[in-house]
Amino acid sequence: MDFKTPLSKARGLGSAKSGTSHWWMQRVTAAALIPLSFWLITFLDQCLTAPYQQTVNWLAAPVNTVCMAAWIVAAFYHAALGVQVVIEDYVAAEGAKIVSVWAVKLAFGFLALAALLAVFRTIVTLG
Amino acid sequence: MAEFTLPKNSVLTEGKTFKAPQGASNIRRFEVYRWNPDSGENPRVDVYELDRDDCGPMVLDAILKIKNDVDSTLTFRRSCREGVCGSCAMNINGKNTLACTKSIDAYANTIKIFPLPHMAVVKDLVPDMTHFFAQYASIKPWIATQTPAPADAERLQSHADRAKLDGLYECVLCACCSTSCPSYWWNSERYLGPAVLLQAYRWLADSRDENTGARLDDLEDPFKLYRCHTIMNCTDTCPKGLNPAKAIAETKQMLVKRQLG
Repeated sequence: MDFKTPLSKARGLGSAKSGTSHWWMQRVTAAALIPLSFWLITFLDQCLTAPYQQTVNWLAAPVNTVCMAAWIVAAFYHAALGVQVVIEDYVAAEGAKIVSVWAVKLAFGFLALAALLAVFRTIVTLG
Repeated sequence: MAEFTLPKNSVLTEGKTFKAPQGASNIRRFEVYRWNPDSGENPRVDVYELDRDDCGPMVLDAILKIKNDVDSTLTFRRSCREGVCGSCAMNINGKNTLACTKSIDAYANTIKIFPLPHMAVVKDLVPDMTHFFAQYASIKPWIATQTPAPADAERLQSHADRAKLDGLYECVLCACCSTSCPSYWWNSERYLGPAVLLQAYRWLADSRDENTGARLDDLEDPFKLYRCHTIMNCTDTCPKGLNPAKAIAETKQMLVKRQLG
């Protein structure tokens, strides 16, 4: 028999006093991705036609390197925040939820690092 | 966990059909969800054919007609019959609304009547509202002040400040919005849901309240508040024409404001 009152159940463990910065950063990265993704489209468009060396040279220009790095950081950060919300929505089992949120953060962090390193290696070795 | 299929004991079966009385020419068909906890049977859908010429104009009139003249075992909540008590909230043709303010003529053919979605059913069209009202109590829906009230006078409020409560105070807590919200379906143990969040904002927006900071502290939580993903079902379904999604957005804005200045 469960003798907890409905109010006690509704209050649960109380407020986590967080969540605003998660929600806000999801919006900030989304806004940042609008101009950055337009830039990325021009880059990808170039990749289709220009020779390799020319593409690398273009990417090696400081403004383009910064845009590429910024897109990677914003996109992976945004993705990690978003997938975390999806997991919190649909996975109710406490243990599975915590482990999958961890896994998502690690996976996207690792992918972002790998992508950044790939950009810098391309520029340093061939630029 | 989000459940996308019904548990075995909730799967609907075919129920009884109650034919319209002899000689009725203006017949309307109603399919009504029925479940009796004492019978041990699965829920079923009973069909009632009513003579529209012998029935009031609203869906609630039809339900009352069934209860009074056709099948007295039908169980549902109703009280004011004019949209101010919020008792007769139910799912009519796939949309949550108040049976008393919805005209039968608003629907073309068969009218399907179900209890509010994703709530435990007590019997027939009566959902268990215990947790919903406990969540409402948890946001402390009353004025909280440190300053004593002026002697022999009300706490004053400008016309402009009073106007900020329009669109909030009208909420009758019928739970149509909360039970239309997928986020509330999946996480109602912790997510407060649009109705309770609108009520919470009603007190955040009240110029006479002195507890705004503590109220925001209590709401700032990934589950209590931030399960709202602006799906907008709440605003779409509200039978009073209110906008819970906007109230939630205003709350989020207040939280960002106090962090960013």
